[in-house]
Amino acid sequence: MELTGAEIVVRFLHDEGVEHLFGYPGGAVLHIYDALYRQDKVKHILVRHEQAATHAADGYARSTGKPGVVLVTSGPGATNAVTGIATAYMDSIPMVVLTGQVPTSLIGNDAFQEVDAVGITRPCVKHNFLVKDVKDLAITLKKAFYIAQTGRPGPVVVDIPKDVTANRTKYVFPKTVSMRSYNPVVKGHTGQIKRAVGMILGAKRPMLYTGGGVVLNDASRQLVEFARLLGYPVTNTSMGLGGYPASDKQFVGMLGMHGTYEANMAMSHCDVLVAIGARFDDRVTGNVQKFCPHAKIIHIDIDPSSISKNVKVDVPIVGSVEHVLKDMLKLIKDSGEVPDGEALAKWWTQIDEWRAKECLKYDKSSELIKPQYVLETLHKITKGDAFVCSDVGQHQMWTAQFYRFDKPRRWINSGGLGTMGFGLPAAMGVQFAHPKASVVCVTGEGSIQMNIQELSTCLQYGLPIKIICLNNRFLGMVRQWQEFFYDKRYSHSYMESLPDFVKLAEAYGHVGMQIDKPADVEAALKEAFTKHKNRLVFMNFLTDQTENVYPMVPAGAGLDEMILV
Amino acid sequence: MRHIISILIENEAGALSRVAGLFSARGYNIESLTVAPTEDASLSRMTLVTRGSDDIIEQITKQLNKLIDVVKLMDLTEGPHIEREMMLIKLRAVGGDQRDEVKRMADIFRGRIIDVTDTTYTIEVTGDSTKLDAFIQALDKSLILETVRSGVMGISRGEKALRI
Repeated sequence: MELTGAEIVVRFLHDEGVEHLFGYPGGAVLHIYDALYRQDKVKHILVRHEQAATHAADGYARSTGKPGVVLVTSGPGATNAVTGIATAYMDSIPMVVLTGQVPTSLIGNDAFQEVDAVGITRPCVKHNFLVKDVKDLAITLKKAFYIAQTGRPGPVVVDIPKDVTANRTKYVFPKTVSMRSYNPVVKGHTGQIKRAVGMILGAKRPMLYTGGGVVLNDASRQLVEFARLLGYPVTNTSMGLGGYPASDKQFVGMLGMHGTYEANMAMSHCDVLVAIGARFDDRVTGNVQKFCPHAKIIHIDIDPSSISKNVKVDVPIVGSVEHVLKDMLKLIKDSGEVPDGEALAKWWTQIDEWRAKECLKYDKSSELIKPQYVLETLHKITKGDAFVCSDVGQHQMWTAQFYRFDKPRRWINSGGLGTMGFGLPAAMGVQFAHPKASVVCVTGEGSIQMNIQELSTCLQYGLPIKIICLNNRFLGMVRQWQEFFYDKRYSHSYMESLPDFVKLAEAYGHVGMQIDKPADVEAALKEAFTKHKNRLVFMNFLTDQTENVYPMVPAGAGLDEMILV
Repeated sequence: MRHIISILIENEAGALSRVAGLFSARGYNIESLTVAPTEDASLSRMTLVTRGSDDIIEQITKQLNKLIDVVKLMDLTEGPHIEREMMLIKLRAVGGDQRDEVKRMADIFRGRIIDVTDTTYTIEVTGDSTKLDAFIQALDKSLILETVRSGVMGISRGEKALRI
């Protein structure tokens, strides 16, 4: 039977196993929306802004491992989606974005709502396609899903002109796809793995530095087995949090600009560094000249271009984290060799001395609400089991530090691009994927206003997200940098004329709460998660305006040159 | 160091802009870039000349390989290879002496005169880039009306071949 291109899109999504589609209609995608209307298999979620559609799909993908799927119209629909696409690209999130396009006969004519979506998105997608013939539609969609999910994952855009969605052709679901130009390697090189294992077992001051690759590859189990077998300390990047349980004694916290003293000092003094699915981001390394000065570096990554990009490594291993760790575990077990226990004990003694600095301490007797306290209490009330989505800024770093993630895919944040406005829509995507789970959006009064219109989407779909707004009446991270590095000239970091968030939440049909005393924090959180379990609660915490994120490695400094509290 | 990178890439709309976009986005320089379909019309062969330290060249080749449309690539400068560039150059040639001189020059550089008018000669010269530079150097600048260079293309010597 012949189907229209629009029907093929919807049928394909169903055949591909897509349950949720986040989008916003418009002229160029009306045929597709009509096809959606005439079926009940793929559930479409109507957001209030295309950027939110991409973040929601992104949150969906991060929390499930399945690709997030987006449908937007041409022109402004596509350009509004770009921030979300770039966000997913920087964090290697599998996503397929379908953008409508003006009819093929009008392409290039500056038609109404025309932009070169393929051109605009090219630098921030893993790949993109323009479908010019309905006969190519199904196989192109298949390629898009294949590319998005394999190798180093990432977003793929498929631009579909309106006439292609109207034209008819025979539809057969392409079960498989192969591309001569794209064959990602998953299995690591045996010789390199052997070399690495020798180096790992010979280490006196080893360090495991693990990133988002562990989470994306669902390789936590292998990482935990690997780390426990060796007894080596583990640090996570922000993207890697939850990949190794934070409550484990071998965990030394996050590293980098706002990492713990013990993690950063251990990085600076280790003799063998094993980087696992991490990419030596500048927020992690600090000054690369001073990065891990004593260490031989082993780097496991699925993306060859991540290896030796920022930091030269001694043993590169291209492959999936899961495969390589499995191979390493087997080699270590078969060898019968064990790490140098005496050296390791000495190393742990040193690390424990650094730990004793208690770099995350804060004033617990303050009369003002300390943001750290809110997050510690949130962890307690949710038993550390919530999905926590965050926006970008101080609150993001505090959440990374104080909500101690024990499981992967629970910490949802825009790590690479640092996109303010990410948190709430991402939380929507997570809640759709996990309808029964506690989903929290930790945000600030700056970030939340960048996508606050989504409170309306949350009402439409009854999403019981808990919004923790750490409101310090400042763009806190900007203020912190201005305090430290610009002689306290607080240029435009002050948020005047804030809305009454309680009334705002109520206007959108949700529960609003205002909390301004430390003594009320726990009770308020309890109330939100019990009494208002099934409703969205906007909790406006008025926090200490002067609080800063510590420790801090100033830009350009080495990891061992931290500012402590 | 100057490197010549040969790329086999899917012959699809936008493939060239992916390569060019990669270079501008990551701040790599392109000295020249040539592209045309191969004997298999679904593939294009691109020759790209760039400069950079070993680290940069390593990143360039990795980033190029990461492009989904890139099927295979080779850094020709890693082994023995031949490079050629073609130039078409239009010269003022008026009067017996001048016409003789231009013709002599073309012969010395193994160029061929491919178009003649009463007042001009158009010469085709091929060779590596330095030879073409030398030819231009050897001419009286005031005679040059127009130069068109193809950019470098290259191929490995011997059995080694870039193919799928």
